[in-house]
Amino acid sequence: MTELIESLLRGLGTGSVYALLALGFVIIYKATRVISFAQPAFMLAGVVAVTYLTPTVGFWAAVPLAAAGTGLLALGVERTAVRPMVGRPAFVVAIITLGVDVAVRVVVNAFIGLDVRHVGDPWGLRTLAVGPVEMQQRHLAAVVAAALLVAGLFAFFRYTRTGLAMRAAALDQEAALAHGVSVGAVFAVSWALAGGLAAVAGTFAAAGGSVDGALWLIALTALPVIILGGLDSLPGAVVGGLAVGVLQELTATYANDVAWLGGNVSVITPYVLMLVVLLVRPYGLFGTREVERV
Amino acid sequence: MINSRPRGRPLLRTSYAQDLALLDTPAKRWWTAALLVLAFALPFLLTDDLLQLLAVGCVAAIGAIGLGLVTGYAGQVSLGHAFFLGIGAYTAAALSGDPDGRVIGFGVTDIALWLPAAGLVAALAGVLVAPLATRLRGLYLAIVTLGLVFIGQHVFNEWSALTGGAGVGRPAATLEFLGRPLAVTDGLGTRDQKLFWLMLVLLVVFAVAARNLARSRIGRAFTAIRDRDIAAGVIGVNLPRYKTLAFAVSSFYAGCAGALLYTVTGFFDPGSFSLLLSVQYIAMVLIGGAGTISGAVAGAFFITLLPRLTREMQAWVPFISTQPNEVPNVFQVETILYGVLIIVFLIFEPRGLFGLWVRARAYWKAWPFSY
Repeated sequence: MTELIESLLRGLGTGSVYALLALGFVIIYKATRVISFAQPAFMLAGVVAVTYLTPTVGFWAAVPLAAAGTGLLALGVERTAVRPMVGRPAFVVAIITLGVDVAVRVVVNAFIGLDVRHVGDPWGLRTLAVGPVEMQQRHLAAVVAAALLVAGLFAFFRYTRTGLAMRAAALDQEAALAHGVSVGAVFAVSWALAGGLAAVAGTFAAAGGSVDGALWLIALTALPVIILGGLDSLPGAVVGGLAVGVLQELTATYANDVAWLGGNVSVITPYVLMLVVLLVRPYGLFGTREVERV
Repeated sequence: MINSRPRGRPLLRTSYAQDLALLDTPAKRWWTAALLVLAFALPFLLTDDLLQLLAVGCVAAIGAIGLGLVTGYAGQVSLGHAFFLGIGAYTAAALSGDPDGRVIGFGVTDIALWLPAAGLVAALAGVLVAPLATRLRGLYLAIVTLGLVFIGQHVFNEWSALTGGAGVGRPAATLEFLGRPLAVTDGLGTRDQKLFWLMLVLLVVFAVAARNLARSRIGRAFTAIRDRDIAAGVIGVNLPRYKTLAFAVSSFYAGCAGALLYTVTGFFDPGSFSLLLSVQYIAMVLIGGAGTISGAVAGAFFITLLPRLTREMQAWVPFISTQPNEVPNVFQVETILYGVLIIVFLIFEPRGLFGLWVRARAYWKAWPFSY
């Protein structure tokens, strides 16, 4: 029982990271109808920025700074590589972001170099014990940070003018344009937000461990998450992220009992789950069903 | 005499057969003939290491044609090409492997057997995936096929009885035809010369087959689906059937390409079939020109020769290092170039290398009034 609860809690920790990443994907998708394959590169860039900033300004200042920096990077990419493609098929833009991802990651990997880098988080691998159940502090921190950010984001979309403009543009770009919403600004804000979220998510993904080039694979796990939750659903991204995180940790705990699955099967469980869900519901759990008018 | 043309009017078409012909203009006929003669003469002109690279290019072109059929012609975005390449590679290697070896092997060393088998097994995998593909569109499909790559990589890594395990690998299929080894150095030529000829012949066969498919009823159904799938469905194209067919044919090509790809180097490990491989094939199709066979071939050679080019470039750009532990090194430059080239081509010349050729052709056709 303790084992089960502990893996559930671990799952919520990793799930929060996925939820943050997935939110970035969904925000970009809602604004521009594009899946940005560049998110993994932004996450890696954010983490590496944190590892460089922490020794000078401390962890708590480094994370927002890195998030802002990554947001600016995402903004630059949107301006140079994505904006010229407005009106072209979504697939073409997605492939462009794939190109951005490949290029940016090489540069970031060069900054990682050969030495072991840490984000310098205050939690490390320390645990918090409640009765017989132990939970790692970094997972708790990830849950809390994700909860705060998600609450903040939902408030932002609900109560601010920019948030309203973003919702309007997501609903109908032309109508929003006709009402004086600057759709270009919405694109820019979306990409910057997604970049910042990716940086924060990356920091929590790397907390307690070291930063290396393979970290970007975590960001790719957010892809099955958004498919699961539905590409255009913010609550779907959060629920999907947590569900995938929990499922992954549960498999990690119990897969050893099933030998033929092989080691590390938990890495691919999100993808398997995605395939199963899509067979039943082609638009994800919370996604809007696409209606085609001819 | 329906099929004949008046003398001196080579561009006048008097029948549907002439309209559909593969080489419909004299210029195309001459160019193709010249290109083929040059290609078959290359082994006498180039050194062996370049020939080996070009042989790999021929195989990559077969794979790229396959991806071009499903992505360029039928418009179904597939990021899962590496998965199908892997299935083909392992089917061929297992069939032709040593029965008493460390990894699974059945001792069927004849290329005439393992090559179609590899293609068919990969095509079967494609058909199995197709039910998902027919229900999904666009980006959903891209992500699902991306998931395939990860699942495939896990299976390849864990099934070490077949694949030799991560980081270890297994020997590739053996090149034998009717009991005679195809790629050995003897009086007729060196191993690399023969390899190049073999792969070139296979490429021509596969490319002509793909061109024929593309101009048939099936090919037109594919392009109809790509341009607007609802409209295609309305005019009577059976969407699930043709999407399944597109995936099957594409996977067949990928399987054959995967089976051949590693016979050149002779050894491969499960790590090869990663997302990067899929991205490389996407890059080949997009840089070459989506929706054209010759574009896919051009793109495949371009991407295959790119590492070599960056190494040659190093002589002129001295700050790029050849040591993998220094920054910036040729490997990094190469990877960045993949990314940047994809972006640049998609923004400035969406028709790819083929588009550049079309522009050049149009310029000279209208010369001296080419404005």
